[in-house]
Amino acid sequence: MFFILITGLLLGGTYALIAMGLNLQYGVSRIMNLANGEMLVAGGFAAFWVYTAGQVSPIAALLVVAPVAFVVNWLIYRIMLRPLVKRAKSRGALEVDSILATFGLSFAMVGIMSWLFGGGYFNYSYLAQRVDIFGSSYGQNRVVAFAIASLIAAGLWLWLSYTRAGLRMRAVAVSPDSARLVGIDVPAVSALAFGLGGAVTATGGALISMFFTLDASVGVLFTMKALIIVIMGGVGDIRGTIVAALILGIAETFVARVIDPGLTLAAAYVLFLGVLLFRPQGLFGKKPT
Amino acid sequence: MSTREIRNLILSALAFGVVALLPFYDTGYILSIATTMAMFTVLATSWALFSGPTHYISLATAAFFGLGTFVTGYGFQTMPYWSLPLIAAVLGAGLAGLVGMVTLRLSGVYFVIFTLGLAELVRQLVTWVQNRTGQRGMYVLTSITESHIYWQLLGLAALVFLVGWLIGRSRLGFALRIIGNDETVAKHSGINTALAKVLLFMVSGAAAAAVGAMLAPRYIYIEPSTAFASILSFQVVIMALLGGTGRLWGPLAGVIPFTLLWEFISRHAPNQTLLLLGLAFLLIVYVLPGGMVGLQARLKRRFGQGGH
Repeated sequence: MFFILITGLLLGGTYALIAMGLNLQYGVSRIMNLANGEMLVAGGFAAFWVYTAGQVSPIAALLVVAPVAFVVNWLIYRIMLRPLVKRAKSRGALEVDSILATFGLSFAMVGIMSWLFGGGYFNYSYLAQRVDIFGSSYGQNRVVAFAIASLIAAGLWLWLSYTRAGLRMRAVAVSPDSARLVGIDVPAVSALAFGLGGAVTATGGALISMFFTLDASVGVLFTMKALIIVIMGGVGDIRGTIVAALILGIAETFVARVIDPGLTLAAAYVLFLGVLLFRPQGLFGKKPT
Repeated sequence: MSTREIRNLILSALAFGVVALLPFYDTGYILSIATTMAMFTVLATSWALFSGPTHYISLATAAFFGLGTFVTGYGFQTMPYWSLPLIAAVLGAGLAGLVGMVTLRLSGVYFVIFTLGLAELVRQLVTWVQNRTGQRGMYVLTSITESHIYWQLLGLAALVFLVGWLIGRSRLGFALRIIGNDETVAKHSGINTALAKVLLFMVSGAAAAAVGAMLAPRYIYIEPSTAFASILSFQVVIMALLGGTGRLWGPLAGVIPFTLLWEFISRHAPNQTLLLLGLAFLLIVYVLPGGMVGLQARLKRRFGQGGH
């Protein structure tokens, strides 16, 4: 039982990072990015590639993966998504447009990645020793991934809470129209948030690839999980996202260990159903008036 | 009924009659493509019945379809064959009703996300049950030929068009158009918006499940990973949007070119089908926002009434 709890927490920590990326993109830039999981897989591919080709540790690779992902996502927002934001008559219309556009992006990315890397699974062995915590042993790579994910998540949270740039971002998340009135450059902040979200997600992907077998088409599963976490935690709510990610990590590990490893999505759906039925505003959200 | 409507009805019936003669001309490659087209016509048209007016993007088609194939897979030895699509339709409507009741009270995003994983969820559950009972895939060996499947699908397509036409004329169709324009207005004018959406989603779920039941003999061997392949849901969305959801015939205008293109790409560059799917989505969003229907309307406006 204790083992499941810790394994779940370790997994949930990485989920939290991925979901924070999605939450920045949806909460601040108002783009429901369904290509999020593919960005994650691309980050994982990059880590895999530098590790097997150049024997560079995946952790050092983050120093390259994160900035590249930031620039790519920033460009995606400026070139592809900004025109959609401009032409949208309502938030609903923007949602439909951005869902379809990012679906297109996600399929194009899966197509390109399976063309580049083939359709097979890929993994590598890094830090595969065991480490003992409270009498049970865990993969060292999982523990390291969790630690880095927590560090980045904490840094992001501090940045959002205590800096002026973070404040601007939160202001846009609450109300883009009012943010514009107090002199915030909403398009610039939105592009920044989208780029940052993509960088965070790709980082999460590089971390996950240390202990998880990925393939070109697995992205949509991570998109699903990140979406469920964001909805469960509440859009724009960092604290809720972290709690929801840990809950999902534990629930998944529990189902995989006790019932059947093939039912992890079912576990996520049970949580999703509970949220939809009882707390559609998120775990810590207030009821809309 | 106006004379124009009667004329359209007669023309559609004639068109169906002509198309139904195809198996007498060819029972090989052409028929197999036509069967695929008939299948996507039903799927895309019934998808558009719900998603067109409400703007809720449903990705649940593969879940309903897979459900239908499994109904045939389990039932074809013990039940009369004609009853299988009916049973599938009832189950599909039931599943759609459940999903709709949970998600359709909320905004569209929840619905998209829930349906995005639905096929995969059902696949995991079916696989789990099969593993526990020690069963793998199953063979559907029947005397049903491609021609039979084709005729069944045509019949179902006619039914879906008829239902769509009737809904468009009914109070339900009117209510849905108001919901699509402004849900708050719809609520304030006394429309039970959640009920209207759930009802229509059930119609579309029933049709997709019936298609699955009809097509099962074509696959011969059924297993969860092929029956619930989620790519089907995306193909349907693309075809419907490419054609345009504003008119009943809209999805058909997307099904025909896209099926041909898909067939061509999967023959000559089978690894690039996903890239094609992605580019098609981008094309719809950036170049053809209203699909072929929207394009026709724009051309009409530009060239006056003559450009039909």
